[in-house]
Formats: sequence, C-alpha cells, structure tokens
Amino acid sequence: MSAATFKIWRGDTKGGAFEDYTTEVSEGMVVLDAVHDIQSTQANDLACRWNCKAGKCGSCSAEVNGMPKLMCMARLSDLPLDKPITVEPIKAFPIVKDLITDVSWNFRVKKKIKKFKPRAPDAADGTWRMAQEDIDRVQEFRKCIECFLCQDVCHVLRDHRKHDEFIGPRFLIYVAALEMHPLDTENRIPELREAQGIGYCNITKCCTKVCPENIQITDNGIIPLKERVVDQYYDPVAKLLRRFGSKKNV
Amino acid sequence: MLDGYLAGLENFLVAAYQTFEHDVLIIGAGGAGLRAAIEASAAGVTVGLVSKSLLGKAHTVMAEGGVAAAMGNVDDRDNWRVHFADTMRGGQYLNRPRMAELHAKEAPERVHELEAWGAVFDRTKDGRILQRNFGGHKYPRLAHVGDRTGLEMIRTLQDHGIHQGIDVHMEICILALLKEGDRVVGAFGYDRERGRFKIYRAKAVVLATGGIGKAYKITSNSWDCTGDGHSLAYHAGAELIDMEYVQFHPTGMVWPPSVRGMLVTEGVRGEGGILTNKEGKRFMFDFIPDNYKTQTADNEEEGWRYTQGDKNARRPPELLTRDHVARCIVREIKEGRGSPHGGVFLDISWIKQKISGGEEHIKRKLPSMYHQFKALGDIDITREPMEVGPTTHYIMGGIHVDADTQMSTVLGLFAAGECAAGINGANRLGGNSLSDLLVFGKRAGEYAAAFAKENSLGAIDQQQIEQVTRRALEPFERSANPQSEGPYQVQKHLQEVMQHDVGIVRREEEMQHALEEIGKLWERAGQVGITGTRDFNPGWHTALDLKHLLTVSEAITRSALERKESRGAQFRDDYPDKDDAFAKVNTIISRDAEGTMQTRLESIPEMPDYLKKVIEEMK
Repeated sequence: MSAATFKIWRGDTKGGAFEDYTTEVSEGMVVLDAVHDIQSTQANDLACRWNCKAGKCGSCSAEVNGMPKLMCMARLSDLPLDKPITVEPIKAFPIVKDLITDVSWNFRVKKKIKKFKPRAPDAADGTWRMAQEDIDRVQEFRKCIECFLCQDVCHVLRDHRKHDEFIGPRFLIYVAALEMHPLDTENRIPELREAQGIGYCNITKCCTKVCPENIQITDNGIIPLKERVVDQYYDPVAKLLRRFGSKKNV
Repeated sequence: MLDGYLAGLENFLVAAYQTFEHDVLIIGAGGAGLRAAIEASAAGVTVGLVSKSLLGKAHTVMAEGGVAAAMGNVDDRDNWRVHFADTMRGGQYLNRPRMAELHAKEAPERVHELEAWGAVFDRTKDGRILQRNFGGHKYPRLAHVGDRTGLEMIRTLQDHGIHQGIDVHMEICILALLKEGDRVVGAFGYDRERGRFKIYRAKAVVLATGGIGKAYKITSNSWDCTGDGHSLAYHAGAELIDMEYVQFHPTGMVWPPSVRGMLVTEGVRGEGGILTNKEGKRFMFDFIPDNYKTQTADNEEEGWRYTQGDKNARRPPELLTRDHVARCIVREIKEGRGSPHGGVFLDISWIKQKISGGEEHIKRKLPSMYHQFKALGDIDITREPMEVGPTTHYIMGGIHVDADTQMSTVLGLFAAGECAAGINGANRLGGNSLSDLLVFGKRAGEYAAAFAKENSLGAIDQQQIEQVTRRALEPFERSANPQSEGPYQVQKHLQEVMQHDVGIVRREEEMQHALEEIGKLWERAGQVGITGTRDFNPGWHTALDLKHLLTVSEAITRSALERKESRGAQFRDDYPDKDDAFAKVNTIISRDAEGTMQTRLESIPEMPDYLKKVIEEMK
C-alpha cells in the first residue's frame, strides 16, 4: 500500500488555511474515502457533506486539485499522487466550515420558479399519454442531482457574484425541464428574461464540462431557452410570421 | 429551593433553545416524509419537516429499479389482487394483511398523482407509464425512469412540496421525542451547522427516518441510515415488530474495496441479466423453492422470453425473491464457486447475442449502472460481467403501526416508510418500498393532521430536555481524557459485529456473542471523546448517532434470537427449516419500566375471508 498526502482547507467564516494529512491508499479509493479516513483517525471535526457515496445524491461537491468534482466519484488512481492533492470547498457560495458551504441560496431560487402546471388529463382514464421521444430531452434534464458544481464553475456566480440577478445553470436547466415538459402550460419566459437573468450566460459551457450527469446544459437547455426568449421578445420577423404567416413562408 | 432552581432553569431553557411550533412535525424528508408533509399541509394544518441532510438528498434518491403499482399498462392481467398476493407470498405471510391490501389497492393512484406533479416516467409505445419486471412480481409492474426512479420521485415530491407552505428545517438531527404523559408532543434536536439545540413542539409527530443499514459493515445505505426513527420510537415507549428481518440485497458491488456494498439494481436481472458462478453455470436453476415452482421457468429459453415480454413465459429464477437469491449466492461463494473477489458474476452483456443493438439497449435501460461500473470499477457492463455479492439494503421490521392510520402504539406518534413495519413481512419485494412510502406516507400525513386538529400542543418536560442536552454535550468534556476513544472506532466495531454475527446466516452462539459485544459497546459509546467545537462536527454527530445504531442492533439481534426457525430473510444455521410455531407470529420489541429491552411473540391479525379467497385464487 502506498500513501498519499492531502492538503485540505480547514476554516470557517473568519478564515482558514490548508492543512496536510497523509493516508494509506487502497485499490479503487476515491477522495471521499480519504476524507473519511482522515476524519476517523486524525480530525474528527473535519466537516464535509456526503450521503450516498455513489454519485447519486450530489452532496459531496468540492474542488479537487482545483477542479469542481463529486468527491465520491474522484478516484485517486486518476490523480497524480506524487504531489499533494488539494481539497477545498466550492467557491460560488459562502463558507460554513471546512468543505461545507451555505448552499441555501439555491433552495430559495428554486422556490421562486413557477411550478409545474399540467394541462387537463386527456385520456378517458383520467391520465395523460406522452410519447417517449417527446420526453427524452426532459428526462435528460431531470437526471440533475443538484450537486451545484455547475453553479460553482459559472463565472457569473463565481466571479461576478450576480446571485441577485442570475439563477445559474442548475436552475436554467430546471426551467428548461418545465418549459419542455409536454404537459406543462405555464409561461416562464418573461421571468427568464428579467429576474432570472438568462442574458448573463455567454455560453462558455463551463457548466456542461463539470456536470457529473453529463447533461448537455448549454446546448440542449440554455441555448433553446435563449431562443425562446428571442422568439417572444426580439424577433420582428417571427412576430410578423406568427401573425400573418402561412405554411408556405414559415 | 428546588422551585427556585426549576424556575431559573426554565428561564434558562427558554433563552437557550430556539423553539418551533407546528401542528404536525415530520421527522425525515425522504419519500415518505415528503409525501406525509404534502398530505398534512393539504389538510390545512401547519407542517414542519425536519431533514437530517439537505432537502432532496435522502436515501430515496438511491432507489433504482422502480415503483410497484398494479396499473396493468404492460400486462392487463395485473390488478391489486395479484399485487396483494405477490406481496404476501414474498413476505411468507408474516405481513399485516390489511397493510398489504391497502398498499396494493392505492399504489396506482399514488403513482398517477406523481405524474400530475411533474414526474416523467418512461413510456409504453401507446404513451402510458411503462412497467418492468422485478423479482417476485408476477407481471411487469414497476413504473420507472431508467434506473434512477428514486431520484425522479424525491425530486417530484420536493419540487411539489416546496410550494405547499411546508416549513423545512434542513440539517437537523433529532435526539429524543418529547412526551407529556402518554402522548408525544414534540421532538428535541440540534442543527448540524452550529450545534444549537432546538425544541419542536407539535400536536402530532410523524417518523419517516428510513433505514438502519449503517449498523452493518457492507451496506448500500447512506451515512444517515442509522435507525433514528426506530430508536426514537422505542425510547418513547412504542413497539417495534419484525426486527429480525433485514433484507440483504443479492447484488451489491464487491470490487474495488472502496465501493463494496454499493447497489446493483435488480433491474439488471429484470432486463435479462443472468447470475453465473466461476464455472459459467447459471446456478439459480438448481434450487427453485416449492412455492414458486409453478411460476418459475425451468429452462433458459423460457426465462429469456419472459424478460422480453412474452406473456406465456414464466420468469427466470434470477427473479426469485431477494432473500432466496442472496442465500443462493452465499452458497456458491461458500462452496468455492465464487468470482475472484468473493462474489458471483452478473452478466447483462450476453443479451447482445439475442438482440441487435444490444450495447445501446443496455446503456439506455441501465444508464446509472453503466456509469457506476465504468467510473468506479473500470468495468464496461456491455462487454463483460459484473462481480456482485449480498449487501445490507433494507429493514422489513420497524415501528408497529395501525394499518389504516399509521399511528404507532404511542398516542400522537405516527410512522411511515422504511421505519414503519407490517407491509413486507419476512421479505420485501423490490419496488414495494417506493410504493409503500407513497401510500403510507400519504396516510400518515392525513391521519396525523386529523389527530392534530383534535388535540392541542402539550407541555414540554424541562427536565427531559436538560438531561438530553447534558448527555449530548458530554463527549466534549471527555476529549482531554487520554483513555477515551473516538466515535468512529465504536461505530466500526459495531458494524463488524453485526456483519459477522447477525448477517445473512445466523446461529445462536454468534448472536449471543453479538449481544455481549453490544453491551460492551453501549459502555464504550458512553465514554467516547470528541475534539473540536459544536460547529459542523461530524465526529460529534457520529457519537450522537451511536445510541440509535446500538438500539436497532440490539433489537435486531434479540428478535433474531427469538425466532428459532428459518423463514424469509432470516436464515438460521441451527434451525434451517420453517417451524409452524412461528408461521403466524410477529416478534415484538418493547421497553419495560426499567428501560430494558423486552421481546415477545404476538399473533398476526386474522386475514378476513375475502383476502383469504384472493390468496387461494392466486395460488
């Protein structure tokens, strides 16, 4: 068995610093295993969130060697162990302690987004019929585990701190899932343009790169939403076509 | 003088503890807790929802295969009668019949309701909710979303629930239920972030805290599955039943070591996956129990046709009940026919011989499994078999509740989901837990709200609060003592004891040994020391969870000792057969006046004639 050194950020709202810890490395080990090992043998008060340790709950988000990752899916065999591995909290949200940040902003944002509003059931048995091909896209967005790594890496939130004007990739995807839901009848485009600040996204696709569920956040979600905003507000030709257009010139 | 002291104490407590008041307090924010909160809120009472983790992270997200509901979308021969009979057969008739009946009847409506709240299930060709095969279910019955059904369900309930006026308290752990006389009137706990104590006063309390998997070393469960609800109820005077019945899921990952126990969904077998030993033999054909013989394929061809939807075919033996499949796997390993890392092989890649585009089909049907093995085990499941072995997954036993109202044996205390018991008997069918938490979560919320409307807030026992607070803070005082050990060491030792002595195969001496060890661990748990402050301190949290873990471990062991036979998930080497003396009884755990754990047997309520008839018809 070999050993690895971890530089883990320890601190709270008042400040902090990296501290060094050394652990044994076993086959298949992930960064979260190392953190647990350190907790149980060297620092019982080392704070980190985790639940499933299987990449399904999205609790253990952190920055490993500077990259936003789920610690439970970050294998040591994919990291250079000849140098210390840095582990630090995500940056888009206020620090609580050690690897834990206050992510409550995300829960408040979600609550402000208009909820799902289905059309009346269309089948005789009081339910709906939907074709699989019509829900594939929505299902892609609904894979989101709310790890908030996309929020962490989005420069609008991370660097420019526009938390009051922009909802971030996670919630753009959430809106996209609602807007593209075949049964939904609500219109969320006006808020998207105003309070939710979709215009701030300049499509650098950083969010897509860090998504552990491989959701094509930008291409499949944000860009189509931007197009809907444009359609509704800015496109005079489309407006005219909608008003006067026939099948021939659409 | 005492009066003055008490008055002073009361002032101190009012100042020191933040107090919340709700008509209904729900402890646990997984599927059952969320569903209960939505229902209670809809009934017009105020609702507080306490969650040990962040909202939406509960263990429900881990459920993969699907939610069982006899909608008959894929096979129209399915209905509540078949689902009821399947559930009872799977539970070896130790289930509470009324609960199994309500569950089978109400599950379809609960699933359709989720769709109205935004859930997006996979579809049939004609646009209805698709249903898949699962172990012990006669017809394709599990509504699903690939292999991430639990995520879809918890997210739907969460996203619907946040608009219902529910007060959500995140990252709160509950240490004790508060009582006034015989009635539960609230709960006491702390917030993980700052370690501040909180009082939650309520007219009715619903426990929805999930499972106990962290009592074992190898488990598919999250960190928070420490049996809090079971333990809180027990210490508040409620009865637990069927605690010997722990479900070991047959297929957990076995390699690499860091992911040992991680779940591999039964959906793999539902989609045609086969279990083989190192000789390449499909060993499940070797032992098909008598009560399933007429329903099970006796050749590979028929089994394959079943997984592909042939209504005239019988299911392959890989889809027998979990207790049975887990034991067969243990037998293969014990007799030297296991895989290199101490499991057996589960192969889905072989279906490429049967269907064109098999690789894409596997990725589409089992995306999480593909990803999990690729990312954590360097295995491509579309090309090679997985190695799997049993993992602690679920507890059938739990809080003894009334079937209709979900009220426990303590007034004002309700329970739903995994921490309640009665629906599953000696073994749970896959898919029945997600439907259980919907059906009985709803009922618990409904009846807790009704109870709250008829009762007022009770008085808080200041002495109880002072005592719990003092105990909770003791670990910090011991940190300076060089003799004191950390909480993780005690937790780990307990997990090893339970894994070794009260696991899949049980015997008297080992379980007696476990009881002795648990006794010693109780003492050690009372001596652990913690460093650091009360601010988000996982060591402290672990120290406080030990009471819950030790309580459920003791209850499991005592119940398993009481049942001197093998039935369902309980297999005893020293009593390898079923014994009629235990065929119609549940084990009951309760706390006597001195605080000692008592075990007794109690007859299962007689099944009404119309349900007996259903069982007869489905034989």
